[in-house]
Amino acid sequence: MTGSVAIAKVKIEHVGVTFDRDGKSTHVLNDITLEVAEGEFLCVLGPSGCGKSTLLNTVAGFLSPSVGQITIGGEVVTGPDPRRIFVFQERGVFPWLTVEGNIAFGLFRLSREERGRRIAYYTKLVGLEGFEKAYPQELSGGMKQRLEVARALAVKPDMLLLDEPFGALDSITRLTMRRELLRIWESEKKTIIFVTHDIEEAVQLADRVVVMSARPARIQQIVNIDIAHPRDISSPRYLELRDSIFEQIGIAHKI
Amino acid sequence: MDWNRQVGKRQLGPIAFIAILLIAWQIGVSRQAVHVLPTPIQVVRGLAELLSRGLLVKYIVASLFRVSWGYALAAALAIPLGLAVGWNRRAGLAINPIVQVVRPISPLAWIPISILWFGVGDVSSIFLIFLATFFPLFFTSMNAVRNVPAVNVNAGRNFGLSTAGLVSKVLFPAVMPQLIIGMRIALGIAWLVVVAAEMIAVNSGLGFLIVDARNAGNRYDLVVAGMVMIGVIGLLLDIGMRSLENIRSVRWGYSED
Repeated sequence: MTGSVAIAKVKIEHVGVTFDRDGKSTHVLNDITLEVAEGEFLCVLGPSGCGKSTLLNTVAGFLSPSVGQITIGGEVVTGPDPRRIFVFQERGVFPWLTVEGNIAFGLFRLSREERGRRIAYYTKLVGLEGFEKAYPQELSGGMKQRLEVARALAVKPDMLLLDEPFGALDSITRLTMRRELLRIWESEKKTIIFVTHDIEEAVQLADRVVVMSARPARIQQIVNIDIAHPRDISSPRYLELRDSIFEQIGIAHKI
Repeated sequence: MDWNRQVGKRQLGPIAFIAILLIAWQIGVSRQAVHVLPTPIQVVRGLAELLSRGLLVKYIVASLFRVSWGYALAAALAIPLGLAVGWNRRAGLAINPIVQVVRPISPLAWIPISILWFGVGDVSSIFLIFLATFFPLFFTSMNAVRNVPAVNVNAGRNFGLSTAGLVSKVLFPAVMPQLIIGMRIALGIAWLVVVAAEMIAVNSGLGFLIVDARNAGNRYDLVVAGMVMIGVIGLLLDIGMRSLENIRSVRWGYSED
């Protein structure tokens, strides 16, 4: 079932995370071992609160694993790094900066000309032209989320780590955003780890879907999605893969 | 047009109400045989007298001078300290008990000590204003930092900011809306306290005017004139501070959403 990994970009080795709070320790992640290939689109799927966000936070370097280690491109992760940008669930954009200001946020080391070029390019890429001077408050949820993706891409990271980025959007916007993300992924060739609790979303987007168990999370199964993009979400293969994951998670797919 | 008319209507109410109150005051007081209050006309005459003697401007400037110094010193100390303590949980735990004990002591309780330390004069009243505004500013800054969403801080770290960069580019803009509200409240407190401070410690200012007018011949018209000026200037200060809330990069902090 596990797809052979060409070049391992990310190596997660026997990672466990335990939180100590008020003398009680909570086991969140249990012996996670996983490799992510260069340029791969990987979805991590699991029930709410299972610890999939915790896994993403340790890959990002916001959290250190209690046991095990994570290496990216051969280097052990010890903290956050602009080469891998985390896209947050919601409200990740800075409300005190304009669209332009947000995109320019990570570009402080660049020359003024280069900064201007990147702002123009990524504003256009995510379809926010004409809103350069607008504040996030004046944007819709979908626009804010696109702005956050643009801010992440503008620093030209190797990797994007997305934590249920479209969870707060309405279903129509969510579909559009998925298509946009795939378009950007194909044109920018980033390695993407995408955390979601939405089975459909995972099967629509990913090369591989990592199915996590309830807490303490371990990897239950890894499913290869061997359908080319653009995916026909009524094709037999799509439905077969989707239903196998539904079964794996233990939900009947009838309402 | 429509908008103008609406504003006009909205202002009509308060203006009419003030006019009615003034007329009632004038009539009510002039019918009394005993001297309870000066009439509004006497108060206006009193203000004119102060203005012509050059005292009005002098006293206002003196009061504003003390407020500015006390307030600025408190802000310069309390805001960075509050931000630092809010940021550092351990520092917060260490400092909290002392601050909680000192805070409920009215600044006026410090009057004897401030006279002992600084004598009777400007420094004493500046010190009292400093004390009165230090704690509100400190607590606002501390809480504002604690309310900064972890998402913003993590995003800042993710883009490779140094600690200094994180403070100036994330922390500071993130606390600004709350800080402005705290600064506005603190300025209101400073203005309340300057009057009390001037009543005992100095020989100029609006607080001094009120005590002096009573002592020097029961000039209640001047007492009320001083009170009116305090009210008007307090209102203007508040309007000034409130206008900061319209700065575009802080407006997000006041939205309903």
